[in-house]
Amino acid sequence: MNRINKKLQEDKKLLSIYFTAGYPNLEDTVPIIESLQDSGVDMIEIGLPFSDPLADGPTIQESSTHALKNGMTTEKLFDQLKNIRNTIDIPLIIMGYFNPMMQYGVEAFCKRCQEIGIDGLIIPDLPVDVYHEEYQDTFEKYGLINVFLITPQTSDERIRFIDSVSGGFIYMVSSASTTGAQSSFGNTQEDYFNRIDAMNLNAPQIVGFGISNSETFNQAIQKAKGAIIGSAFIKYISSNPVENIPQFVEKIRA
Amino acid sequence: MNKVMGTYHVNEKGYYGEFGGAYIPEMLYPNVEELRQNYLKVMAEPSFQEEFHQLLRDYVGRPTPLYYAERLSKKYHTKIYLKREDLCHTGAHKVNNTIGQILMAKRLGKNRIIAETGAGQHGVATATVCALMGIQCVVYMGEIDIKRQAPNVARMKMLGAEVVPATSGSKTLKDATNEAIRDWINNPVDTHYIIGSVVGPHPYPDMVARFQSVISEEIKKQLHEKEGRENPDHVIACVGGGSNAAGAYYHFLDNADVNIIAVEAAGKGVHSGESAATSALGKDGIIHGSRTLLMQTNDGQITEPYSISAGLDYPGVGPMHAHLYKSGRAEFISITDDEAMTSGLGLSQLEGIIPAIETSHAFAVFDHRTFKEDEIVVVNLSGRGDKDLNTYIDYFKL
Repeated sequence: MNRINKKLQEDKKLLSIYFTAGYPNLEDTVPIIESLQDSGVDMIEIGLPFSDPLADGPTIQESSTHALKNGMTTEKLFDQLKNIRNTIDIPLIIMGYFNPMMQYGVEAFCKRCQEIGIDGLIIPDLPVDVYHEEYQDTFEKYGLINVFLITPQTSDERIRFIDSVSGGFIYMVSSASTTGAQSSFGNTQEDYFNRIDAMNLNAPQIVGFGISNSETFNQAIQKAKGAIIGSAFIKYISSNPVENIPQFVEKIRA
Repeated sequence: MNKVMGTYHVNEKGYYGEFGGAYIPEMLYPNVEELRQNYLKVMAEPSFQEEFHQLLRDYVGRPTPLYYAERLSKKYHTKIYLKREDLCHTGAHKVNNTIGQILMAKRLGKNRIIAETGAGQHGVATATVCALMGIQCVVYMGEIDIKRQAPNVARMKMLGAEVVPATSGSKTLKDATNEAIRDWINNPVDTHYIIGSVVGPHPYPDMVARFQSVISEEIKKQLHEKEGRENPDHVIACVGGGSNAAGAYYHFLDNADVNIIAVEAAGKGVHSGESAATSALGKDGIIHGSRTLLMQTNDGQITEPYSISAGLDYPGVGPMHAHLYKSGRAEFISITDDEAMTSGLGLSQLEGIIPAIETSHAFAVFDHRTFKEDEIVVVNLSGRGDKDLNTYIDYFKL
């Protein structure tokens, strides 16, 4: 069974952390992953940097630009991760935009992910219908779970379709926004969390965007299976050494 | 010409051959889907058509003349007609699209407009129609372009628009487009995004092409009056994103008797490393929600193009044009900075028309290939050169 599905079966709320590979330093990728696992994080999203990250706010944009300047490439990331399964057993997901994957070759990319032990992909600009028609077979051939986003504006009908195509979890974007845009949840989010919860979807939901501290984390996991922290972690790691990562995680779990 | 002709228009799924589609994050899906479901219906409404054409006539100044350029024709031993989009209000063809899209936005109940701009022409055309309709307008413009294009920034401000600097990435047109898209993600309900070219996710390339298609619609009528025939032998237009070209080609796309010539900016030379010749240098990929040809590294990072003309330095090209290139339907020619500047000066002195530097690229074609004496060649004179005077002054030491 895919590590993601196994993790989703555990009787606990999940904390997933996103970071941009190659930031702040090119060779930080593996130490960050190891430190996150040691801190008790349940799942990691490894960001493959892109020059034009449309869905991201300033924090992830800047970390991406920086990582590319540091020399991060698709091949470099795969090289850094080639022995990762010697030390890491939590699910690993690569999150990135579709163009770099196309240039690598979609099938070659998936194959390499399987060889390394990547469990899933999140590709914000690969729409579910295109995936379903053109790429689903390839992803499944290499045992990869593709994760789709839904937002408060996504219709019930489309959520049902996304649920039917999802092999792992659904990434619930907390509000109509780019990443890192807000700092608290209001009534709109609560209504949205309740609406999705009431739909009784097959795929568990994990909430992302706008989660930056224990307060927003706890709000997000009331109904959902877990939550993802991205921009807030990037901000932390930009001014703190890798050794301090456990302190960041501890505060979120508090 | 013996080409097997299919259709070169968009198909029902939003593709031109293998190019196009809507590769957008889920956050944008409702906005784009609302537009996709409504754009053809709205455009077909008689009241929409009436308002659109009335504004094109009374406000923009259409139809623009189709002018027989006698001295230019004599020089190049062929019959050259110029479609005078430079005479449109605001100085270029861009306003045809912004008029159409502001009417679309109103019918969709939107009360806030966003746009991207490179050189500022589309920004000015958008600010103009927003002033005309009394709608709030925010224009994203690369920080570097704001410095390079101060007069157009001032024009937009005078028209009441807010100009927001794009400070991410390379701080130019592609980043301004990214910022506009991010704004739309954050304002999904009340805002319409007026894209300035035949780029972006479906239905934008088709919608913008349809608004610009008034150009070739008029060419057909005017050529019939002047020559007794509707179709020229060749249509020439410059291509950055490709909106003036899409408009000039539109009604000739599926007519094999009309040769289509697309002119790209080679910058300092196609292989100089400073170029914007997307067909020659681009690879299949995704930019701003569209599958098309774009300039990128082997690793799939989008690169920054270069051209002396700010309107042609977009790293991608509209999916219609990518298809015209890949299928061989259109002839693609790339023109360097130097060739464009020289032909811009030539047109000024032969015909008394100072063209935009973008448009100057199209005229350089006459030094690259010959046309038969009895052939009719239509050049889309997409914009006037006022905005480029400083560049002309610096280049020619005027």
